[in-house]
This record gives sequence, C-alpha cells and structure tokens, in this order.
Amino acid sequence: MLIYIIRRLLVAIPTIALLVIAAFCMMHLAPGGPFTSERPLPPDVLANIEARYGLDQPLWKQLWDYFVNIVLHFDFGPSFVYKDRDVNDIIATGFPISLTYGSLAFLAATLVGVALGIAAAIRHNTWIDYVAVSLGIAAQALPNFIMGPILILTFTLWLGLLPGGGWNGGQWEYLIMPVIALSTSYMGSIARITRSSMLEVMNANFIRTARAKGLPQRSIIWRHAMKPTLLPVVSYLGPVFVYVLTGSVFVDLYFSTGGLGQAYVNSALTRDYAVLLGVTILYGALTVIVNLLTDLAYAWFDPKIRY
Amino acid sequence: MTRLTRLTLTTFLSAGLAAGAVAQETHPETGDALAADQTFTYRILDNISSIDPQIVEDADGSDVVRDLFEGLLNQDENGELVPGVATDWEVSDDKMTYTFHLRDDAKWSNGDPVTAGDFVYAWRRAADPATASPYQWFISLMSLENGDAVVAGDMAPEELGVEAIDDTTLEVRLTSPLPYFPQMVVHSTTFPSPQSVIEEHGSAWTSPANFVGNGAFVLTEMNPGESIVREKNDQYWDAENVILDKSVALIINDENVALTRYRAGELDMTDIPAGQFPRLKDEYGDEAHSFPKLCNYYYTFNLSESGPEAFKDPKVRRALALAVDRDIIVNNVMAGGQPPAYVFTPEATAGFEAPETELAGMTQAERDERARELLAEAGYGEDNPLSFDMVYNTSEAHQKVAVVLSQMWKQKLGVQAQLSNMEWKVFLEERGNQNFELARGAWCGDYNEASTFLDLLESDSGYNDGKYSNPEYDQLLEDALTADDTTPLYTQAEEILAEDMPVIPLYHYAGVYMIHDSLKNFPVNNIQFNWYSKDLYKAAE
Repeated sequence: MLIYIIRRLLVAIPTIALLVIAAFCMMHLAPGGPFTSERPLPPDVLANIEARYGLDQPLWKQLWDYFVNIVLHFDFGPSFVYKDRDVNDIIATGFPISLTYGSLAFLAATLVGVALGIAAAIRHNTWIDYVAVSLGIAAQALPNFIMGPILILTFTLWLGLLPGGGWNGGQWEYLIMPVIALSTSYMGSIARITRSSMLEVMNANFIRTARAKGLPQRSIIWRHAMKPTLLPVVSYLGPVFVYVLTGSVFVDLYFSTGGLGQAYVNSALTRDYAVLLGVTILYGALTVIVNLLTDLAYAWFDPKIRY
Repeated sequence: MTRLTRLTLTTFLSAGLAAGAVAQETHPETGDALAADQTFTYRILDNISSIDPQIVEDADGSDVVRDLFEGLLNQDENGELVPGVATDWEVSDDKMTYTFHLRDDAKWSNGDPVTAGDFVYAWRRAADPATASPYQWFISLMSLENGDAVVAGDMAPEELGVEAIDDTTLEVRLTSPLPYFPQMVVHSTTFPSPQSVIEEHGSAWTSPANFVGNGAFVLTEMNPGESIVREKNDQYWDAENVILDKSVALIINDENVALTRYRAGELDMTDIPAGQFPRLKDEYGDEAHSFPKLCNYYYTFNLSESGPEAFKDPKVRRALALAVDRDIIVNNVMAGGQPPAYVFTPEATAGFEAPETELAGMTQAERDERARELLAEAGYGEDNPLSFDMVYNTSEAHQKVAVVLSQMWKQKLGVQAQLSNMEWKVFLEERGNQNFELARGAWCGDYNEASTFLDLLESDSGYNDGKYSNPEYDQLLEDALTADDTTPLYTQAEEILAEDMPVIPLYHYAGVYMIHDSLKNFPVNNIQFNWYSKDLYKAAE
C-alpha cells in the first residue's frame, strides 16, 4: 500500500508538469497580455516592464525559468497586476480562507446530505422520505449564485442579523452565508445518492440474511448497511471536495471573502500569468491528492478492494 | 427600586451623558453636529493595483494613495488647486522652470520631515527603468527635462530635470512650456516616497507593518479581496483639521450586492448600477447623485488601410453620427443623468468651449433628414445598402447601447450593422491592430484640460486606434502647447472633428452614486473625482 501511495505521488509530478505546460501555452495563445490596456504603454516603457518580469525572453526560457524557480526556491513569481504582491503571498492569504469555508461547506453538505438520504431510505415512502427528498431537490435546484442573493436579502437587509460580506479573520457570523451558499447544491446531490444507494443495499441478500438472523434494525443499518451505502457517496465526495475549494469563485465575488477563487478568475481576465499558473498548480496538486485519498478510502469501505 | 433597575438606570444615564458629550462636537465651519463614529465606508470593485505612489495605475488605487501620501498640490471640492506639501510656486518667464516652496512642518508618519529631496527621489524613481512603473509615461507627459532619455534608459535618473535647492525648495525644469503643469502634480505618480523605508524593506515596504507615508491617513489593514483600511495619521501637518478617524474601502465585485449592503447600512457610498438611477432617486431622493465626470463614450471608425472603403467618405461618417438619437441613449438606456455628447471633449472640461456644430444645433428630425441626404450623396441607398461590422467589449451596458445604435441606423437609414463583442483584452488587441470596422471607445481624462482628450486623435498618437489623420488638426494641438489662451484652439479642433467625424461621440460619463446623507463634503463638483478622506466628515443623524 505504501508503495502504491508513493507510486501515485510520483506519477503526479509529470501530470502537474504537463498541466502547467498546457496552461502556459493556452495562456500565451490568448490575445492580449498583462500589460495590454486601454492606454497602450509607449514602447520604451513596455520594454522596461517586460524586462522586469522576464517577458522579453523566449517562451521556452520563460517556462524553464518558471520551473527552476519553483523547484529551487519554491518561488512562483510576482503578480503582474497587483504590484505589491507575489504569487506565494496571494496563495498564502487566499487559500486558508478558501480552505476554511470550503471545508465547512463540505462537512455541512456531507453530514446533512447523508443524514437526509439515510432518513429518507429507511423511512421509504413515508412523509419523512417525501420531506427529505423535497428538501434535497430544493437544495440542488438552488445553485450558489441564486442562494447568494437570497441569503443576503434575507439575513442582511430584512433581518439585519448577519454582515453582508467580508471575512474579518473568519469570525462565525461572516462564515454562515458563504458556507450555506456553497453547500446546498452538493447537499442535495449527496442526499439523493445516499438515499438510492441505501435503498439498493437494504434490498441486498446479506441484509435479508441479517434480518432473518433477527438482528435489530439499528445494528443492521449501522454495522452492515452503512459501509456499502457510502461507497458511491465517497466516490462523489472526492470531486466535490475539489469543487468546493476551486469552484468557490462565486462565493468569493459575492461575499467578499478574499478567497482564492476570485484571484484565479481575475488572473485569467487580466492575463496575470504567474498567478494563473500558480493557482493552477495548486488546484492540480489538490485534485491529485484528493483523488488518492478517495481511492484509499475505497479500500476501507470495501474490503474487496486492495492496492 | 431594585439594585438591578438602579444599575440599568445608571448605565443608561451615563451612556446618555457620554452620547451628549460627543454630540456636542460640531464641525468648525458648517456647525453640523458630528457623528460619534467617524468611519467612512465605501465600495470598490476590485483589489487595487498597488499603494506605491510611483507604481499605482488604477483609479481606486489612486484614491487610496491620495489619502496615504500628499503631493505638492491638492485639489479642493471644485477641482481647483490648493496647497499640499507646497505652499506656493513660481514659474519663470519662459514658463519652463517651476519653483515650489515646501512647508517646513510636513512630516512622514515615522516623524521624519518631508523634504524637497523626497520629491526628487520619487520622481527619479518613477522615471527609472529599474522601477518598471506602468506610469513611467507620465514623466514624459510632464515634459521634464531629460525625461524621455531617462525613461528610455539612455540617461541616468539623476539627470532628470528636478532638483532640491534646499530642504524646502524644489526646482523643476521642463523641455517645453506646459500650461497645465501645476495640475499634473496632483497626480499620484508625483507624490513623494520614503527613500529610507523603501531601501530597508524593498517591495515589502507597502505592507501595513512597514508602511510610512506623509498623507493624512496611514495604512492599517490590507485584506485582499475584502477590504483596505486607513486610519488618521497624527503626524500629518494638518491633523487637527482632519475629522474622519477611518476610511474603509470594501471590495465588492457585484454592484447589486454593494447596493444591498448600502441599503443595510454597511456602506456610506456605492455605485448605482446602470439603469437604476431613476428608481433610486424616487426612493431615496437626494442620496442618489449624478454628476458629470471627465470621461467620454464614443465609437471610432477604422480609417486605416484595413478599414472599409465606405468609412473613408466623411459624408458616411457624418450621416451615421447624425442619425443617432442621443437622448434615447442617455434617458432610456443609461438613465443615470449622463450628458449627451455632440463633441469629443466633455463640455465640463476646464477652459473648454464647445463649438456650434451642425450636429448639436439641430432637432433630431432635422438630423435624421440631413443624415439621409448625406448618405444618398455618398451613393448609399436602398439599391446599395451600407453594411459594416461593429464591435464592443463584452458588457451588458455596452451591448444595450450597440443594439440601440444598430436599430436606429437600420430604421432611419436602412444601414445593416452586424454586432459582435469581445472579451476586454482581446478587444484591445484587435482594436489596437486595426482589426475592426467600427469599434467602441471611451476615455477618462488624465488631467482637467481638453488636450487630454483631443490628443487621442492626433495622427501619431499611440491611442489613435482609428488612425485618423488631419495635419490641420495636429497643428492646432501643437500650437496649443505654447499658446496663452488655448480655448479658441481647442474649439477650432472640435470644429474640424465635427466636419471629419472620425469618431461618433455618444455621451459623456456621469458619476452615479448613492451617498448617505450623513456623509458630508464629498466633492461631487470635482469633475476628475479626486477626493481626499481628510476633507470628509460624518454628521450625526
């Protein structure tokens, strides 16, 4: 298993390198550059600035220098747009914020989603099932860009209970709306997957056997049905975890949280090459790690799987 | 009376007394009672580019920098020059040497005196290729002696025409007389910067922990994507007249969210989204403001080799410009109090008088009639319809304007305009390479003088994307550089534009904002929108 993990991590290195090369090429193919502006810079000034950021070098040299700086100095370069900051700094301030509300949203979506799904499955075709299913569908039908305005109007403007945005070091009242906005749609999907998976498992032969042995319902659900029920949920959770961290652009923009999603999208629009590459690498690495963790979790949930 | 009620009463009484004591504070000039909390909170769209005065390039960033640093001169609420670090200045007879006299009580926030040497350091730094400032061109624009050579790296920054005669006397030498030169030292590129701090901390000098400035406020928090906080600087020479304690910029990307937060009382000032001004004016009355801004909005014809043949005929260009009903665009599409534009330069620009032109003088029905005549004279009509492509950068408001334009042309002149939009940077690249037929343009003045707009259409201007060229026009602009009275020259230049119509002016921008009643002294009459937190205060409600 350890060898398996090491092998997976080693494979990740060329994967990420390829990702960087692809991103680098696409970025330079896009028309315009970081210093294209409505006010075109005089050639002398442009030359000074390009020299400062190494953009006067041939592309292969820029790419090579970029790799060398990362490997030798762990330096992802300066931001071309926010002149007071470099990429390491942007990631160091933005990522903990994204990670905080992303993890909370992930936890909320998983716990509530799984609970709803299980409740619906074991009380199949009762009012509990109907309520849980309706809640799940409603949550799924409300993507974060609909939830955001609804939440702000309700909690900030009408009730005056919560601040309409900001982060303030991650105080709880600033966390509530971003977490709800980000988690609801995933919560709905998780509830749906859990419910159908549980229904299927409850009809399986080994559960019938357990019932026939006269085991109490509680023990059947927790000891026998739970693990196989959660297997498809876990395979869905892996990508969800990456999504809540990377797909938080809307939450950043809407709630002014200062997370990394906003920096990522802006960097594409402003052609802030270094930030774009830096965050791409981070997200790439994150995807690789989360995928690995998901695969390892499989083994725990299903003893038949061995690496 | 129980102990508890007595305690509550005492608390209330003392709170009431404290509030009374604060409420007694009044503004020294207006006599308004001052609010206890002197915090001004406003919305900005995005992170700012920098707080380094020589590096900053965006308008929101410059607003912050004007609080953190103080240049030679400031502007008052009407945009008139008032003393900053300099108390007064003289200009030589040939108008090429300016001598600024600096106050001796100006201090940096670390207590060091602000000297003429700090300005010399800053100006050299702005010109130095090693600084790689995106506003290096401003030094060229200022016509400083040896400026171009220093910017190009052909001369050492020490050769720049700026010198400290002594600690309180700054001498500036120009290569040609520049009537609006004093207006230029209001710009953040010319603000002093603290040499010792920059040398000690390098690029990290702008972090709140290392920050040293000479403005009325100091930087206390910088939260990217969230907020920028600056607090009153006790070392500022005029600190006793600064009333605000804190000025906070909240970064809110979506203007509708910002408006909701304004309504929830979290903001004192925010932008009004396009089209919502009339509704908010009804609902909030005087809190909804619209005031002229030093910016224009136009469409530019591609007159270069790659442009369509039809546009080479001024009659076609004038016909298209005439057929646009600007009242519909400003009243029904933008609806934010924008003035319709019949000339290129905003009419609110200082020292500018718009000429009487065909376009401005007629009723819309007369314009439409004339447009049809002109187009027919140019040989276009039902049997030979005019058709072209027009492009704008992706945005809902720009799209609305473009659709209205194409409809007007179609209905009135039978002209087919195909619309397309492009992402901002792609748009700039294509327009800059003359890969367009008719393209949207907009410009905001760098200083309050007509040349900041008219220069765009000069033959060899780098901003002249339509490649318009008229030697007579170029000559007028050159004459204006040395003229005592530039007003008639600029009026004449606009007359040429009205004849040639290289661009279709549509409207001039308006600043459309919600400004809370309690916020006082916001300079809505400063057309450049240069505001200073030190001049603002919050009145008690």
